[in-house]
Amino acid sequence: MASVELRGLVKSFRTPHGDVRAVRGVDVAIETGETVALLGPNGAGKSTTIDMALGLLRPDEGEVTLFGRSSSDAIEAGLIGAMLQSGSLIRDLRVRELVAMIAALYPDPLGVEEVLELTGLTEVAEQMTHKLSGGQTQRVRFAVAIVSNPELLVLDEPTVALDVEGRRQFWTTMRAFAARGKTVVFATHYLDEADAYADRAVLMAHGRVVADGPTTEIKALVGSRTIRATLPDVPDDELRALPGVTAGERRGEAIVLACSDSDAAIRALLERFPAARDIEIQGAGLEEAFVALTSGEDEERLA
Amino acid sequence: MTGGATYLRYELRRTLRNRRFYIFSFGFPLVLYYLIAGTNRGTRLSGTDLSFATYYMVSVSSFGTMTAMLSTGARISAERAAGWNRQLRISPLSPTAYFRTKVVTAYLVAIVSLLLLYVAGLTLGVSIPAGRWVRMTVLIALGLMPFAAAGIVIGHLVPVDSTGPVMGGLTAVLAFISGTWFPIGDHGVVHDIAQVLPSYYLVEAGRTALGGNAWGTTGWVVVVVWTVVLARVAREVYRRDTARG
Repeated sequence: MASVELRGLVKSFRTPHGDVRAVRGVDVAIETGETVALLGPNGAGKSTTIDMALGLLRPDEGEVTLFGRSSSDAIEAGLIGAMLQSGSLIRDLRVRELVAMIAALYPDPLGVEEVLELTGLTEVAEQMTHKLSGGQTQRVRFAVAIVSNPELLVLDEPTVALDVEGRRQFWTTMRAFAARGKTVVFATHYLDEADAYADRAVLMAHGRVVADGPTTEIKALVGSRTIRATLPDVPDDELRALPGVTAGERRGEAIVLACSDSDAAIRALLERFPAARDIEIQGAGLEEAFVALTSGEDEERLA
Repeated sequence: MTGGATYLRYELRRTLRNRRFYIFSFGFPLVLYYLIAGTNRGTRLSGTDLSFATYYMVSVSSFGTMTAMLSTGARISAERAAGWNRQLRISPLSPTAYFRTKVVTAYLVAIVSLLLLYVAGLTLGVSIPAGRWVRMTVLIALGLMPFAAAGIVIGHLVPVDSTGPVMGGLTAVLAFISGTWFPIGDHGVVHDIAQVLPSYYLVEAGRTALGGNAWGTTGWVVVVVWTVVLARVAREVYRRDTARG
């Protein structure tokens, strides 16, 4: 059975600058036991998608099913744990008390001591929550997310406040939890995190899923280079047909080509279209790769 | 549900650990009372045989308990700022259990605040017949119901940095209109407005200790209607309040 099924999710927000279509049709199914990265740059719609999946936000269109039921039923049954974006902790409780307080709300929680041990919090268990460092706070938030012993664990950019060592520890703990047969979904804008800790990556940009597959495939797709050049009057089809090019789009007189093999692509480009000028080749960060992967139709739809 | 009970226990512990809370919910009414009544303890209100100490113990009781109930708002607002509200939404804690936690905590604070004022009153020589004292306490507790709901509404609507001014302003205006500090007379616009406010009946509840009558039908209707309406509003604002901060 699928742990998570998102069908045709759409969400717009009203802002002073007009409507923003944060999510424009997201379909994702995640099987039980999978660890999936929701990968995308800031503003891709990851957090909005997560909020809709958890029932914190009502989609304008589409449907969410968690373990074959509505998100509110799944939450009521205690199947879901989550570490949401940009949270801190309520004050005036000791770390152990806070974890125990949350554990008490669930039908089948893990032991409080076990969770403190797993998250490396045993030493600060008696400290007040408002006197912790940023890294310790993140670990307590993670402890709060897993103490319920959830079947589905959702993490929205969980390592944002952590240093390199903190990140490594965090993911080690996450893997240990996932190894219990749990389904884990985490949002990140770091390709290396997705590559290292997920089985599968769902790539989001501009509110849409632009790629979905094993992390190795996604890495090949995203970890590419981009060629930009000024080259008027060449049909898009011919550009996309160049060797080493995975996707291409035209912006006025300029072209942007996402390449799996930029060496082959640039040779072929100059051979066939010697008129190409102002050439730039960039190692594509996520942003560039996303731009290359998403076509111009988004802007048309907005209008 | 046992989970809800454990949650309540930690919530109370958390509330009682907050030092600022002691100052505002317990310290402030006491200081206010001693400042007003302590300096005039022997004085009697003109035309009555009521002492300042007695009259203002009753006044500060209604004001202090109202403030204590509304302090829920500040606590909820701080929780929301920490993202805790959203964390609770993805837990099985039911809205009913959530409201129960908030209301019980608010009442506990209000009752402790009230008892402290009674003790302060005794130190200034206040003497009220036991029956009246009990009646006043019961009526104040009932009169606080709308404020229990109002605290929750404020907490889910007002951002954390505005709760101070909002609650300070609200309690000051309500106390003034409702005749907490001096009688508002028995006619005029202020009097007419006061008649439909729950704070007026909170003050009236206190005045029963001074020989005033218990609420008439209007009083009961006003208190019940405000309670029902504000409880519905609280449920609605809670339901909607799931967005990222």
